[in-house]
Amino acid sequence: MVSQTVKSYQFRAERQEKWTRLEDMVQRAEKDGMETLSSTEIFELPHLYKGALSSLSVARSISLDKNVVDYLEALVARAYFLLHSQQRTVGVAFKRLVVYSLPSAVRAIRQEILVSVAVFILGLIAAFMLVIENPDWYFSFVSQELAQGRQPTASVEELREGLYPKPAEVKDLDIFATQLFTHNSRVGILAFALGFALGLPTIWLLFTNGAMLGAFLALYHSKGLLYELGGWLIIHGSTEISAILLCGAAGLAVARHYIFPGKYNRMEALAHFGKQAAIVAFGCIIMFFAAGILEGFARQLVTSDWLRYATGLTLFALWVGYFLFGGRADPSGDGA
Amino acid sequence: MKKRKDKQTKRPLNVKNLREIMTPEGVPMRLELGERGDRAGAVMIDLAIMFGCIIASAVAIGLIFGFSGLGRLGLILILLAAFFFRNFYFMFFELRWQGQTPGKRRMGLKVIDRFGRPLSSEAVFARNMMREIEIFIPMGIVLSGNAVGVSGLMQLFAFIWVLTLVCLPMMNKDNLRAGDLIAGTMVVREPRILLATDMVEKTERDTNLKAPEFVFTQKHLAAYGVYELQTLETLLRNTSPEGQNKRAVAGRAIMKKIGWVDPVPTGKLDVFLTAYYQVLRKKLEGQLLMGKRKQDKFDNTK
Repeated sequence: MVSQTVKSYQFRAERQEKWTRLEDMVQRAEKDGMETLSSTEIFELPHLYKGALSSLSVARSISLDKNVVDYLEALVARAYFLLHSQQRTVGVAFKRLVVYSLPSAVRAIRQEILVSVAVFILGLIAAFMLVIENPDWYFSFVSQELAQGRQPTASVEELREGLYPKPAEVKDLDIFATQLFTHNSRVGILAFALGFALGLPTIWLLFTNGAMLGAFLALYHSKGLLYELGGWLIIHGSTEISAILLCGAAGLAVARHYIFPGKYNRMEALAHFGKQAAIVAFGCIIMFFAAGILEGFARQLVTSDWLRYATGLTLFALWVGYFLFGGRADPSGDGA
Repeated sequence: MKKRKDKQTKRPLNVKNLREIMTPEGVPMRLELGERGDRAGAVMIDLAIMFGCIIASAVAIGLIFGFSGLGRLGLILILLAAFFFRNFYFMFFELRWQGQTPGKRRMGLKVIDRFGRPLSSEAVFARNMMREIEIFIPMGIVLSGNAVGVSGLMQLFAFIWVLTLVCLPMMNKDNLRAGDLIAGTMVVREPRILLATDMVEKTERDTNLKAPEFVFTQKHLAAYGVYELQTLETLLRNTSPEGQNKRAVAGRAIMKKIGWVDPVPTGKLDVFLTAYYQVLRKKLEGQLLMGKRKQDKFDNTK
């Protein structure tokens, strides 16, 4: 009989049973999770995997049966993914993100955070100085639609009114705030996304946003309302502006490690540092969400200046504390 | 579920799309990249499910509060529901199903780590966070014109940039989107190939020959290499009527090439081809053991 003399046929006949057993286990584990395997099977799995792997290696060099080689390739890959997967449940994964990954990712980009804060403050100071000097500069920094009547020609009374909601207005305002929340979070996300364009647009975006804030401050300062504006801004701004700055820093981190990949090659550097940056940006989405809620509710409900300052500053301290001291120890013990 | 598997096994492997990942054991593992069309299909399915969920939850909230008096609390709850589905739908499934979402399961795709490490939860968060930029911002631009949150020249710049990110999978050989790039992931076709009967064994069972009906000489066998052998294998495994025709054409071509003189009756064609396959495979595998691999019919190195 021919089959007795074809070596690859004998090779297959001797091992086939183990392959099918491995396939059966993998199939069940893929479908319903590792729990469906008995303890003997769990013990057997790595051995069967190693066996299939070595079969594959041999089959590639001696067998011309395409189906067998392709089958082994697929089987080995499936078993590999099963054995080399992190068996974290969704809950554990999210908990790990909040408790560990996010604060450590923020700490990892601290140099970029310094840069983004510096650029933002630079924009703020420049615009503040210019508008104080000459109010005509105001609309160079703040677009008409964003200003919404808050302009140099407005009277002190008009500006003051904008800072404290009248009871009748409250209803419309909070839906508006939720809308605004999406606006500002988009600025943040964009600052991050533009980091891929080697970071320069990110710096520009941070600078212009700082300038916009500076122009606002200068306008209210010239009308003697700086303290009141501060309260209006800080209650959600401490969260929101921090998030914009973090997004910008994350974008800069991507750009930096793409331009200077260091000991990695570019793709590896992007994969390693980009992952951290994206986690920071994801944290920022949550922060923008919190800021939106603060803007929609807290600002309408809290109208006393010092309470606004107290809330805003307390939140800021909480964020800083979380990012500084959170997740110093890896809870699961395995690296990213 | 079953339907998908059949589709998978029938589609031939595309050699150009194979990528190697080195296992810790030192044996490279070959995986086929997910095709762009399949991935687009998977995203469409997922987005449809996601918007379905958002609409369903909006209707549910509407029912609870009463549509007429929906009020601001109802609206805020709907916005919240939309926020959660949009941000967590993909993350939830990719974490739970080890790199698959309902859409990816349907299309037979899977997310893996590009460097062969386990797919970490961090990578899943990172690659799906990027969807905000790759899907939702462009969608906002199409729907409302100004969804990037900036104006003037910056808006144009942002628009061009977002467009570039969206088109990124078309611009690299691994079909990586921005999310894959920064998370260090890659989307591959779910490996799923069934073990078929060995052609050698099949012949024996089918024909049950005592003495070989066709005898081939060395000259007959020298005509072809591994590539032709495996093409013949694929042809012989094809049981459709179309395969019958292909075999008839291939059979004539082979007989002409090897100079087979005796006419083979039409009913015996398959027997002839399997017999030829068997002997050719035995010969080529014998050469393999001696370290000689005749790649195809043009490979005539001694």
